Amino acid sequence: MNPSLAIFRGLKHAGIDFATSVPCVNLQELLNLVGKDPEIIHVPVTREEEGVGLCAGAWMAGRRSALLMQNSGLGNSINALASLDILYGIPLLLIISHRGVAGEPIVGQVPMGRLTVPLLDAMQIPHFSPASAEAEDTVNAAWEMAAACRRPAAILLDLDFWRGA
Amino acid sequence: MKRIDAIALAAEAAQAEGALLISNIGFPSRELYAARDRPENFYMLGSMGLASSIGLGLALGLEQGQPQRRVIVLDGDGSVLMNQGTLATIAHYAPENYLLVILDNCCYGSTGSQPTCTHLGTDLAAIALAAGVNSVRKVDNLDDLPLVLAGQGVVVVKVEAGNASVPVIDLSPEEIIDRFMRSAQQALPS
Repeated sequence: MNPSLAIFRGLKHAGIDFATSVPCVNLQELLNLVGKDPEIIHVPVTREEEGVGLCAGAWMAGRRSALLMQNSGLGNSINALASLDILYGIPLLLIISHRGVAGEPIVGQVPMGRLTVPLLDAMQIPHFSPASAEAEDTVNAAWEMAAACRRPAAILLDLDFWRGA
Repeated sequence: MKRIDAIALAAEAAQAEGALLISNIGFPSRELYAARDRPENFYMLGSMGLASSIGLGLALGLEQGQPQRRVIVLDGDGSVLMNQGTLATIAHYAPENYLLVILDNCCYGSTGSQPTCTHLGTDLAAIALAAGVNSVRKVDNLDDLPLVLAGQGVVVVKVEAGNASVPVIDLSPEEIIDRFMRSAQQALPS
């Protein structure tokens, strides 16, 4: 299946109805799908931690929230994920384009590429790297885990994923 | 005008209409807790800079189910300077039920009153206007505060530096969010 469509179906399956985003070139098709869906409030934000804040507020209003971003944005969000989401027990689905791994052409992506999994592990944020065939189910399961454990959960989508591997 | 007096007035107005309050980290939350504690108050204990954004997400989340339910954010100059980008987001996405109140005391009041750039002349109301916020007002006295609190958009309230002598908040994060969510998701009596 088309990788973007697989993630989008996972979001719909999970009942995500509020999304914030900072773009990555690999997220552009997914962002179009999310932006056009009348059941999802989509707010493009200026910085990823701002998106963590909006998603937390929306969850308190009864919404199911997702933040779509590049892994560089994980670095911009650490304090908010820790001292807002984890502190208060706020679930959040992180859809992360994982740059800076095998096949990355841009050297500037490599440092955060290497740090992404260690940072998530250090924060005890569960993370999953599905292939597109199982992505819908994995996205839904990640939200279910986030909601049950009341903390963030992450989907990591590397360059192989976007190639449909 | 002392900040706690502005906070107390905002809390009184919020209670009268059943509005939800998001309160900035540090002494502003402690002053709100001391002045008028309600389940409808969300006290921030971390994530400095995000009060405005949490309130925006809350207002957007409530817009369809409870469009009349107002969200008032009590923020500070240091926090808004830290998250200025959200003023642009507010300008273009904030619903009518959202009001950001910036209590500008020209300093980081909870960490020893180190001056912020508003002390040197940075004008947060002008920044909000330039970001595209339609309704931006400035207030420097308590008498004018009730009228602007009934509005939407952004209000910059000039307050004195200094903190009231108030205790720490003796609620756990779980207590704060659980009672807040119950209040937020329960529709007001019509």
